[in-house]
Amino acid sequence: MTDYSKLYDERQKRFEDAVALRKPDRVPMIVMPEYFPARLSGYSIKEVMYNPEAMSQAWLAYHEKYQPDRADNPFRIRGFGSLLEVYDFQHLKWAGHGLPDNMAYQFVELELMKPEEYDHFIHDMTDFMIRRYWPRVNKSLAAFEKLPPFNSEISYLFGLYGPVAFLDPEIRKAVETVGRAAEECAKILASGRALGMKYKELGFPPSSGALTQAPFDTLSDFFRGTKGLMVDLRRRPDKVMAACEKLMPVMLEVALRSTKASGCPIVFIPLHKCMDTFMSQSQFEKFYWPHLQQLLQELIKNDRIPWVLMEGVCNDRLNSFRNVPEGKMVWHIEGSDIRKAKEAFKGVACVRGNLPVSVLVTGTPDDVRAECKKLMDLMKDDGGFIFDTGVNIGDASIENVDAMYEYVREHGAY
Amino acid sequence: MQDLINAVVELMEEEALELTKKYLGDGKSGKEVFEAYQKGMAEIGARFEAKEYFVPELILSGELMQAGSELIKPYLSAADSAADEKKLGKALIATVEGDIHDIGKNIAGMMMDIAGLEVKDLGVDVPTKTIVEEAKNWQPNIVGLSGLLTLAYDPMREVVEGLKAAGLRDKVKVIVGGGQTDEHVCKYVGADIFATDAMVNVTYAQKWLGGK
Ligand code: B12
Repeated sequence: MTDYSKLYDERQKRFEDAVALRKPDRVPMIVMPEYFPARLSGYSIKEVMYNPEAMSQAWLAYHEKYQPDRADNPFRIRGFGSLLEVYDFQHLKWAGHGLPDNMAYQFVELELMKPEEYDHFIHDMTDFMIRRYWPRVNKSLAAFEKLPPFNSEISYLFGLYGPVAFLDPEIRKAVETVGRAAEECAKILASGRALGMKYKELGFPPSSGALTQAPFDTLSDFFRGTKGLMVDLRRRPDKVMAACEKLMPVMLEVALRSTKASGCPIVFIPLHKCMDTFMSQSQFEKFYWPHLQQLLQELIKNDRIPWVLMEGVCNDRLNSFRNVPEGKMVWHIEGSDIRKAKEAFKGVACVRGNLPVSVLVTGTPDDVRAECKKLMDLMKDDGGFIFDTGVNIGDASIENVDAMYEYVREHGAY
Repeated sequence: MQDLINAVVELMEEEALELTKKYLGDGKSGKEVFEAYQKGMAEIGARFEAKEYFVPELILSGELMQAGSELIKPYLSAADSAADEKKLGKALIATVEGDIHDIGKNIAGMMMDIAGLEVKDLGVDVPTKTIVEEAKNWQPNIVGLSGLLTLAYDPMREVVEGLKAAGLRDKVKVIVGGGQTDEHVCKYVGADIFATDAMVNVTYAQKWLGGK
């Protein structure tokens, strides 16, 4: 009989050893499966997005088949079809809502904050969120745009009559929508917790306990849009700086809070907009890195483990990225040169990555084994390495994923 | 018009547009003023390659070029537009169906334009049929397909099959581009080359078309 709690401890130690730059028993292996488990179990993406039983079953089957070192809990950002519907959510297109049933959801870039709204955001972010941002990103809350500001609802001299706004039938309806959203949230979170317990029983620690971002990325992805923020860097740099400073404590808090609630100290931080071509080194050093560095330092000080995915090519940034406390975090490489990363992070941080996912999608199992060998020969060394792909394996062929896991299992021992 | 060229290169929008109006008002031909913009763009491209300029500068220069062109257009004669056509060759570019990433494609397009290719950009999330139809009608020398998602591989492959079915495959070079392309993808799609940087294709274009 399998001793699952022993398995759990072994996996935990394997990961911790790699992070602390010690030599584990073998190379830890974790990949981001996206919706691959649905396909593996014969479900469409739409089915798992809406049906929690199907989702749990498919994800358990994936983990039992491949035995990755940490578990992917998909509910919060993949099993949320019903919640997106309640919101009439505008930032995504998804199966049945603008996309075919078997396509992974896709982000839609929107300029939800106009250039002239920086001051509102900086002055009172919460007010901006409730009366401007939510109504725009959630169409069913559009009526909140009509709400008055509530900062002057102060005791009896100014403050008793604000709620009259809620007589507006559209605003009332929007408030009811929030109630329905609450119910959907509770269901999805409960499914996530149940799956998490199941993983634990089967010996799989979770992949991450929180997600956060570099403030510049949040501002770019969700408020100004990629191009909008790039233009702002030249046209209104002071506003960009002030907004990033405003966001910094928010991004830290959310990570601390979620990791505390989930009990898993790993914080996933995907980097989107600091690639070599996206800004000059001096812009990077001014607008991007200080807040990210501070975020990492604070997280580490609080015993959290940042797992940072450097999306795209960030070779020119490695020299800055290496200025972090030793043996406390993971740098996940995608398109950057992994040799350079290995060099830069030697004795500093664990490197994770970066089997090219192209080979998993378009190659043969032999091609896959050859690429795995190349990567392992280069990176296995004396520890400090986690095997992963560069991007998620959503579109990979099953036989190629089989070949990848088999290869690393066979050749991973130290 | 060195002051206009400089204003374009330094991305001083207001000054560049003022100077454009001034020169056109002073009787310079639309063609001459446009050439100043082109010289400016060439320098901007060079600075991008030299890592002195980055994507934000390219986006701004694109906007400036657009605004400048609007001012210049009424001053361009039909003869000027025709003269513009004796370019190195024609490139049709698009981001394939299902994918909306366009930053890389736009850069590649800009670089090809600067290098003297006539570029037609079909935009993002472009259906296979549209690309193949356009290739039939417009007869480009190069078809450049951009895609950053792994789900873009199949649409790219379908475009190549479409070009074959239309009897065009031998007449065009197909380049696939985007961070997730490599030799595996190139082979799978049936493209001639893959490009993970915007200059690769310029170099190839010059090689393929330069001799003709
Ligand atoms: C910015 C970005 C976005 C922006 C795009 C903004 C825009 N207008 O383009 C936004 C936020 C909208 C976005 C959305 C999404 N994205 Co995105 N995105 C990126 C990111 C971080 C950078 C892309 C980029 O612009 N790079 C910079 C340019 C300059 O580089 P490039 O495109 O490679 O282009 C160069 C060369 O490749 C070449 N080139 C490119 N095209 C062409 C064409 C020709 C003809 C030639 C010659 C050359 C050439 O020249 C260029 C200049 O050097 C990448 C990370 C990455 N590794 O690329 C993820 C990435 C591409 N995105 C990804 C994902 C998953 C998504 C979403 C699906 C997210 C989601 N779940 O909703 C959506 C999809 C939307 C859609 N339908 O397409 C994944 C793809 C993974 C996968 N398995 O497919 C990536 C790889 C991130 C990751 N590591 O997971 N994204």
